[in-house]
Amino acid sequence: MINMKATTKATTAWLNSEEYKTLNFAREKLVINPAKACQPLGALLCALGIENCLPFTHGSQGCTAYFRSTLSRHFREPVAAVSDSMTEDSAVFGGQMNLIEGLRNAYALYKPEVIAVFTSCMAEVMGDDINSYVGLAKHGDAIPKDLPVALGHTPSFKGSHITGYDTMFKALLEVLATPREADKLNDRLYVVPGFDTYPGNLREYKRVLKLMNAPFTLLPDNSDVVDAPNLGTYQLYPGGTPMTEVKDALNAKSFLFLQSYTSMTSSKYVASKEVSTETIPMPIGIKGMDQFIQAVAKSTGLEVPDEITNERGRAVDAMTDAHQYIHGKRFSLFGDPDLLIGLVSFLLEMGGLPVHIVCTNSTTPFKKAMEALLETSPYGKDATLYANKDLWHLRSLLVTEPVDMLIGDSHGKWAARDANIPLVRIGFPITDRVNLHRSPIVGYTGVINLISMIANTFLDDVDRNSPEATFEMMR
Amino acid sequence: MSIKETKEFRKQVVKDVLDIYPEKAKKNREKHIAVKDDDDCAGCAVKSNAKTVPGVMTARGCAYAGAKGVVWGPVKDIVHISHGPVGCGFYSWGNRRNLADGEIGVDNFVPFLFTSDFQESDIIYGGDKKLEKIIREVVELFPNAKGVSVLSECPVGLIGDDIESVARRMSEEFEMPVIPVRCEGFRGISQSLGHHIANDAIRDHLLGKGPGREVGPYDIGLIGDYNIGGDAWVSKKLLEECGLNVVNIWTGDSTMEMLQNGHLVKLNLIHCTRSMNYIVKHMEETYGTPWLEFNFFGPTKIKESLLKIAAKFDDSIMEKTLKVIEKYEGQMAKVIESYKPRLAGKTVMLYIGGLRPRHMVGSYEDLGMEVIGTGYEFAHKEDYEVTVADLKDGTLIYDDVTAFELEEFVQKLKPDLVGSGIKEKYVFEKMGIPFRQMHSWDYSGPYQGYEGFPIFAKDMDMAINSPTWKIIKAPWTK
Repeated sequence: MINMKATTKATTAWLNSEEYKTLNFAREKLVINPAKACQPLGALLCALGIENCLPFTHGSQGCTAYFRSTLSRHFREPVAAVSDSMTEDSAVFGGQMNLIEGLRNAYALYKPEVIAVFTSCMAEVMGDDINSYVGLAKHGDAIPKDLPVALGHTPSFKGSHITGYDTMFKALLEVLATPREADKLNDRLYVVPGFDTYPGNLREYKRVLKLMNAPFTLLPDNSDVVDAPNLGTYQLYPGGTPMTEVKDALNAKSFLFLQSYTSMTSSKYVASKEVSTETIPMPIGIKGMDQFIQAVAKSTGLEVPDEITNERGRAVDAMTDAHQYIHGKRFSLFGDPDLLIGLVSFLLEMGGLPVHIVCTNSTTPFKKAMEALLETSPYGKDATLYANKDLWHLRSLLVTEPVDMLIGDSHGKWAARDANIPLVRIGFPITDRVNLHRSPIVGYTGVINLISMIANTFLDDVDRNSPEATFEMMR
Repeated sequence: MSIKETKEFRKQVVKDVLDIYPEKAKKNREKHIAVKDDDDCAGCAVKSNAKTVPGVMTARGCAYAGAKGVVWGPVKDIVHISHGPVGCGFYSWGNRRNLADGEIGVDNFVPFLFTSDFQESDIIYGGDKKLEKIIREVVELFPNAKGVSVLSECPVGLIGDDIESVARRMSEEFEMPVIPVRCEGFRGISQSLGHHIANDAIRDHLLGKGPGREVGPYDIGLIGDYNIGGDAWVSKKLLEECGLNVVNIWTGDSTMEMLQNGHLVKLNLIHCTRSMNYIVKHMEETYGTPWLEFNFFGPTKIKESLLKIAAKFDDSIMEKTLKVIEKYEGQMAKVIESYKPRLAGKTVMLYIGGLRPRHMVGSYEDLGMEVIGTGYEFAHKEDYEVTVADLKDGTLIYDDVTAFELEEFVQKLKPDLVGSGIKEKYVFEKMGIPFRQMHSWDYSGPYQGYEGFPIFAKDMDMAINSPTWKIIKAPWTK
């Protein structure tokens, strides 16, 4: 067969052209470089936030190897999770034996207090009845009868990692939280961080809640699991929300969800149990964090201490100090819906201009929320949300309608390089820089960190690219 | 401890570790673990290439990982479609260091993820129409792509899609290879079947179907080298210094034409036999192309291999090869001289894939280090046969070791260094044990050839002797 084409058509110049952009945006089915992972990865991350909880994939073992590798590369931490290693014969006979034997062995080895079972594609295509299999496992003494086993249906062909997180969270509450009882109510505010790959963010929430003197539970809280100290020993379960507090969740004073699109199902579930709930946008930027503080103050009835007001003041001071480096600069961003709402809101506060906003796992409610946010500011008028587009679309945008900076995870590095602009790494996964996940991007502290990352990256570029004549001491 | 005591101790360690398993799992796992015993090696042959026990933490991946991640992914001028839901493609995107040289999006598609991003409707109605449309869009957006491979993920096989007929139709219409690869993750029991399926797809769709070429007297192919961190490039350079002409690499930095012409060489050299023995055997049987296994890790094995390779050619090659060896042996002696004082006597435990659990042993020994435990994720019987023969008396051997077992073995045997993968790395670092990723070279490399060995030595020294290990304990803790 002759497989060489008569002419060589593609060139980098052509890839950078308007003509190519039109072709690229006309594609209907092919997805190239999507900024989304799949549901079970989110389910796994959620399960890591519960004390002594073992994440367990019901499906092919390759899935689990992929989730663990991907999470370990981002956090640079061990990620413990098991699989029941379904193979071709499970495709014929179902995954019952794998699930039962898997539960038996996992329990014997790792003695979890709860097992978070979530499915990958194979089990869902086959329609495995995992609920009854778990019943059989308990009946046959593979695992103790009173061992809680949460069940999340999380095939890769629905939603994305953020919906998987949501599904698993609801499943964990269903199996662990005892019913709400009027005489057993607690005084705690339950704060749900959502799919957050910054243990630094979780620690920041806890720090601020302590400053507020608020009785609270962060649920789930994987900060000590994906950012565990090196004390010379390896611990399989180094942290997580304490089981007693998980069990008591539905007796909460109220629930505060810090992300909207990772909690669509679980927040409804909690509300359906007569628990007062509030969902606010991810607290990135001053207004975002103000909303968080106000929500905490409102639900707990506490006064905001001066220390918080001063923290806010320091963040605002950092913004005014650095506004000249960000105001009027053009930005492209990609990532998860909640992250994008927060980051765009922050840029608008700084006078930065979001231009291209790419969200592969966009939904209609998110699209509306983003468009409403952009409407609120004159700095949002040049922005376009590219819903359900990917990073190859983004590349076309960057090379035809240039911007000054790209904000997104490590996958953005090729597009940024092709457009010759800096990439500030925010999101998941970040596999080519160290420690970024340890510094919060939320809260007033996060405001200062974001300014440092963005402004200093611009300034590093100025210094590296200045001719001698304009190479100056002060910037 | 005497060697006898060492062996007794290690056998007891194995026994203790196995005791925690439920009966059925224990019976299974005990066949996969052994202590090499020169006095009585009846039990040295570990069981391998068998199903993983459900519910344990295995490092193994799946057939898709073997076919897409290992074999097909590095071929740079073909567009590889991860066909099915988004996850598998996402997790295997940019996560293997198979470097490739070319213009990205023009004639190099390695840094991409192409996915059909299956939704629920595709599961219900099938994905064949979608696949056809996707291939049309690939051709339009990437007209220089020499071909398209379709790498199936689990649902494709379960819903009964006929990707073969779509591929055939598209191949005829666009007059280029469109290659269906049935590497659904549930097939087989590890990455290994994925390698085999990928080899078969090369055999059926590309090999012998290219433009052909004249075979020069010194033309050779480099098979089973995925150019991790540039490994294939340094091996190619070294072989060319010896007067040989590397015309094909499979599949690191390779092209479709290299796959089509794989048999058109005087000799195929194979590094990773596990993933590509199928195709070299096929080329020998069908085209009479001979093949030879070699090992380019560490100066001792490099020398042995170069001499073995040169012996297959005329005297001019042997003459050049001897000069090359002489030239580099001096340099290598200096490398060893500078690192050995800090590394001699240090012990290592390995747990890796493909060829490295045995191929790397020599490079550690060149530095005066001792491998006291080793094992493979997805080896077969023949791999262990050649491995065990090469290992020292008393070496612990573990197949498809579970995370639980490896953690226990390391804590009991107390090696100075563990070499394994990303999933294992941080567990051992938390224990305060030096670690190097031996799949990705921990983002360093190349490690192969005379060019790679000094980098390997520097990295092992850095890992073992990093001052960071000494400050783990706070001065006020007991």
